[in-house]
Amino acid sequence: MMSEKSSIADSSTKGGRLMSWFDKRTDIKDLTHEALDEPIPGGARLAYVFGSGLLYILLSQIVTGVFLAMYYVASADHAHTTVAYITKAVTGGSFVRSLHSYGSSAMVITLVVHLAQTYFWGAYKGRRELLWLSGLILFAFVIGMAFTGYLLPWDQKAYFATAVGTNIAGEMPLIGDWIKRLMRGGTEMGTLTLSRFFVAHVFLIPACIFAFVGTHVFLFRKAGSAGPIKADPIDPKLKTEQFYPKQVIYDIIFATILVGILGLLSYFSPVELGPKANPADTNFMPRPEWYYLPIFQWLKYWSGPNVIIGIVIIPTIIIGFLALLPFFDRNHVRKPWKRPVAIGSFLLVLGSLVFLGWQSGNDDSRDASTAKQLAKQTEETDAFMKAKFEPELAGATLAAQNVELADPLAAKGKTLFTDNSCDGCHGDNGTGTDAGPKLIGVGVKYDHDKLLNLLKNPTQKMKDGNMDPVELPDEQMNALMSYLNSLK
Amino acid sequence: MSNQVKIDPEMVSPKKEETATLTGRRKFLGWILGIGTVTVGGFLSVPLFRFALHPLTDTTTATGWSDLGTVDELTAITEPKKIVITVNQVDGWRKVILEKSVYVVKEPDGKLKVLSAICPHLGCSVRYAEAEHQFACPCHKGMFEPTGKLVSGPPPRNLDELDSRIADGKLQVRYQSFRQLVPTKEVIA
Repeated sequence: MMSEKSSIADSSTKGGRLMSWFDKRTDIKDLTHEALDEPIPGGARLAYVFGSGLLYILLSQIVTGVFLAMYYVASADHAHTTVAYITKAVTGGSFVRSLHSYGSSAMVITLVVHLAQTYFWGAYKGRRELLWLSGLILFAFVIGMAFTGYLLPWDQKAYFATAVGTNIAGEMPLIGDWIKRLMRGGTEMGTLTLSRFFVAHVFLIPACIFAFVGTHVFLFRKAGSAGPIKADPIDPKLKTEQFYPKQVIYDIIFATILVGILGLLSYFSPVELGPKANPADTNFMPRPEWYYLPIFQWLKYWSGPNVIIGIVIIPTIIIGFLALLPFFDRNHVRKPWKRPVAIGSFLLVLGSLVFLGWQSGNDDSRDASTAKQLAKQTEETDAFMKAKFEPELAGATLAAQNVELADPLAAKGKTLFTDNSCDGCHGDNGTGTDAGPKLIGVGVKYDHDKLLNLLKNPTQKMKDGNMDPVELPDEQMNALMSYLNSLK
Repeated sequence: MSNQVKIDPEMVSPKKEETATLTGRRKFLGWILGIGTVTVGGFLSVPLFRFALHPLTDTTTATGWSDLGTVDELTAITEPKKIVITVNQVDGWRKVILEKSVYVVKEPDGKLKVLSAICPHLGCSVRYAEAEHQFACPCHKGMFEPTGKLVSGPPPRNLDELDSRIADGKLQVRYQSFRQLVPTKEVIA
């Protein structure tokens, strides 16, 4: 008791009593110490901001994504309407959606910079094989997020880009068709494709990303910061500086720049939504998001039996080389000019990708008919964006209206249904209310004679629920029966 | 007692070292960064709040005016006339078309008014019994005069009058629902 008092009195002079109470239960001070006092060999640098920048973008993507899910419906019938609703009707909707969409581009750019820097700096060396591999896996997941997220608005370019993307997967030998059907949820693109992409985009891949971000950060802290290129990757022998405050400030500066760029872009140049996907449109020319353009262009060069070289063998060699790099590049030399083969091959691949992307744009602008069609698509998108939001007519409403068109006898029965206040208890179009059961499907549940008998002579249970016997001339009874049978 | 004295320095001593490293400069910076982060975070959450609070500012659930027929035609009625109207209701990003029954009735001074067919008792649809010249609720035997005034039965008030107007020689009504079981008319949707 006494010691409790004295320790509280003691700590109140330092962190405050509340902090002390909290720390005893959480070890928050040790955790903060662990997080902020990480030693950086050679000191804090602006060059080290990309990893934490990626964490910031991830956080932004999670928050904006969760908010978008508040209005989004993942169904081929409603996806496009709900995204149009977000973009055109919801307060700040266009801005939030733009932040999420531009955020994906920011993620890809920052990720490439982070990877290239680790590569050029030789920062994958010295017991960092698993750290490097977990990073590459995260790269794959981010690419997967970009691919799955692109379909969700279900506009023309989303639909056709995914149709092409899944077809490419289908080109793979042996398992291609199988993979394509699993991705699409069937042989054709449809609402099941959208469901699958949605589940991958908001549940499966994010779960994997959380797990691998945790692993990546843990392995990074275990291996320690590699420091500048002159330092040995295992034993840097440089004066260290703590992560806090200088590196924290650098990281915050970078995050602020990212916020600024994303915010300004989203505000002044919001992301557009095209017209709803129309699978019957044979003229539409799909173009993927910019970061997929190099691959898009690459595939143009491969056809027939050679396609396996283009989409399987060469990518496998490049990815395999990247993945195995820290296992065979085992010396501790980090200066780029002393690693000509590694640096040269990386620049070759990166340069090729840039060239392919540039070439893709070139092809489009050189071919007159392509350029014309792409301009037309841009016009259609602009026109759709200018149009006011048009709510979608609910399906059940359409079915109810069709009764009148389909069968004149049923239509007459419907008038009798409302004129006799049947709808008072059984609801509009027999959908049921608190006062009476729904009548949809009643014609299937009972055969004609049984139903007719129930209407004329309700059971005691029905009478207790205030159902009066229906007393109408035969001809009208017939019409009413016809209407009841139409309620499906 | 002696035990507790032994434990205490152990618990406190590492904290003493740690607080020693938390010099005034580090602490001050921490505050600045903390306040800065909270400010920027607060700033960034404004569009998200507006996004989530959109239903508070949105008025799309309002219903429009529905046509009932020409005034000339309706002035000729001698008994309450039941008309089924279609009501366009916007439900977020979708549009629902509902059918609702209303009665056009003529007051003793010849003015037309429109009554909701929903019983203010428990919400059954009231029908006009021509033989008795009364509105009769089929559920609990509430009775109303042809002008909607309560005659007998459990309903707590008269039949509800709906907003109506005359435009281009046509009588129009704006459909609304009212709270049941209360003595005064209260709009609920």
